[in-house]
Amino acid sequence: MDIFLQQVINGLVQGSLYALVALGYTMVYGIIELVNFAHGEVVMVGAMVGLSVIERLAARGDTGWGVIAIGVLVAIPSCMALGLGIERVAYRPLRKAPRLAPLISAIGVSIALQQLAALIWGRNYLHYPDVLSNPQFHIGGAVITQVQLVILATTGILMLLTWLIVQKTALGRAMRASAQNPSVAGLMGVNVDRIIALTFLMGSGLAAVAGVLVGTYYGVGNHTMGFMLGLKAFTAAVLGGIGSLNGAMLGGLLLGVIENLGAGYLGSVTNGTIGSNYSDVLAFIMLIAVLVFRPSGLMGERGSEKV
Amino acid sequence: MNKRILIWLLCLAVVLALPFGTDALLGRSWVRLLDFALLYAMLALGLNIVVGYAGLLDLGYVAFYAVGAYLYAMLASPHIGMHWPLWALLPMGALLAASFGAVLGAPTLGLRGDYLAIVTMGFGEIIRLFLRNLNITNGPAGIDLIDPIQIGGFSFGSSHSLLGWDLPSIYSYYFLFVVLTALIVLVSYRLSDSRIGRAWAAIREDEIAAKSMGLNTRYLKLMAFAMGAAFGGISGVLFAGFQGFISPESFTMGESVMILCMVVLGGMGHLSGVIMGAILLAILPEAFRPLSQFQQITFGHVWLDPANLRMLMFALALIMVMILRPEGLWPSPVRRRELHPNDAMPASAQKEGP
Repeated sequence: MDIFLQQVINGLVQGSLYALVALGYTMVYGIIELVNFAHGEVVMVGAMVGLSVIERLAARGDTGWGVIAIGVLVAIPSCMALGLGIERVAYRPLRKAPRLAPLISAIGVSIALQQLAALIWGRNYLHYPDVLSNPQFHIGGAVITQVQLVILATTGILMLLTWLIVQKTALGRAMRASAQNPSVAGLMGVNVDRIIALTFLMGSGLAAVAGVLVGTYYGVGNHTMGFMLGLKAFTAAVLGGIGSLNGAMLGGLLLGVIENLGAGYLGSVTNGTIGSNYSDVLAFIMLIAVLVFRPSGLMGERGSEKV
Repeated sequence: MNKRILIWLLCLAVVLALPFGTDALLGRSWVRLLDFALLYAMLALGLNIVVGYAGLLDLGYVAFYAVGAYLYAMLASPHIGMHWPLWALLPMGALLAASFGAVLGAPTLGLRGDYLAIVTMGFGEIIRLFLRNLNITNGPAGIDLIDPIQIGGFSFGSSHSLLGWDLPSIYSYYFLFVVLTALIVLVSYRLSDSRIGRAWAAIREDEIAAKSMGLNTRYLKLMAFAMGAAFGGISGVLFAGFQGFISPESFTMGESVMILCMVVLGGMGHLSGVIMGAILLAILPEAFRPLSQFQQITFGHVWLDPANLRMLMFALALIMVMILRPEGLWPSPVRRRELHPNDAMPASAQKEGP
């Protein structure tokens, strides 16, 4: 088996999931310049809601991709409502407060969501039921599973959709304007509060899909799963250049591939769980390295801070 | 002036009598809790330098605590057979933690505060990962049989009798921790009014303005970060000696958030507030314990376990304090003015609240 090709495939799949989550970070950061620490937890809630739905359906004997799709369709509005609620309750009142305040509030939201999820779903790892036959395909000495293909296709479509919305629609123009200069955008008739809420809505929707896909791919869900995932997605966003959509996508894929190649060649692949010990450290080292050598990221704009 | 001296003497008397009174009224386990409360107070005071003075958010503060604790645990236990004394390990712990802080802070402190927050958060997890997986730290099992703290010939790990009083180990630790907390308070207090302290306040209030005034903001922030880390390391050393056993599970993200909550709830930058926050939050979970017993007795089942709700409460407290009272429960006058600039204006000139 071709290890290199295999790791690249695994890396692209994992990376596309990172990218999906990274989009949420980067869009929110682009507009309100806040690292939304709770974003990883929104992904977690998506995964757990999806898990509950899929479990219910699987118990009735339903199988196939339809079950997963229903899980996603329930998770999306749940996460959107959650994202909207977070923005309303924890961030909006602090928009004019000193820098530290929304950050502290964000970490509060993150921990609160983790603990609430622990109360609802318990503290143990929950297993996604087996509803897919998941056939494998061989390409050039490597294996790609159906789940991996579906993840690549779904994330690809969603990224394209996000890009189209942001670049080609009136809503997207309003978003970009708000990101550049909220007060001037407001003067031009953009309802900035609404745009910020919509940004959270979009990011949370993407997070929901990412959550269910992560759960389906790795087979487990837990109230702490959002933490490392969030950290890595943030790393991906920084790697690509925070605030940049294309950057988040590129950063996600790149991080996924690097991490998997690293894990593959360090000879320490742990199957099944999200966090193989070494790849977690690798992602963190990458974050530091990017911050040292190119803090604006691969595709971000260099520039001084807005005053 | 006499009144002031009287108040100080009164405080001193309360602090000295506290363990005896607590023991008599609530039992010995509460004295142990007091010891822990003091350890947390030291940690919170350390974090206060970073968050309260310099306005930097450190979400992995417990990592420095872990560095100090593991240093003491490894060099003063049968684990690798070394038994170094406290006077050597305490400064080493401070220094090691400070260098970790410097290595971590150097790349991030030139950038926006958000990066520091997330990097420290990652570091907190990574260091736990290492502690769990390295052989030298004995993995998830942790290190036990750590030497009790010993100063001169006086071992804090065993009972002593003093003027006919029986002085158990937790009492000696209490007085040791009181002295060290007082020292840290003194250092913090002197720092806040020093040249560096005023520079930190300037950075916290407006970094760009501070930079324009010629302050080397990056260096100053690094200084605050490393100094906070050093206090974390010191607390860690004491923790390892006091507890006698440590494992990676003592150094979770939850602990970092709890310490942050102590600083934020008490009042960032205000020493009395921070100490109050630390003692309050350290004791609160224990004070709520009867609640679950009460549920057990009345309903025959524990519906809401306070131990599980602890973290949720802390998290919600962080959000609520930020929104409703960002200066904390017991703020310093300076911070109050900073956050409520409108208060000084006449009511008619006030705009809608923040």
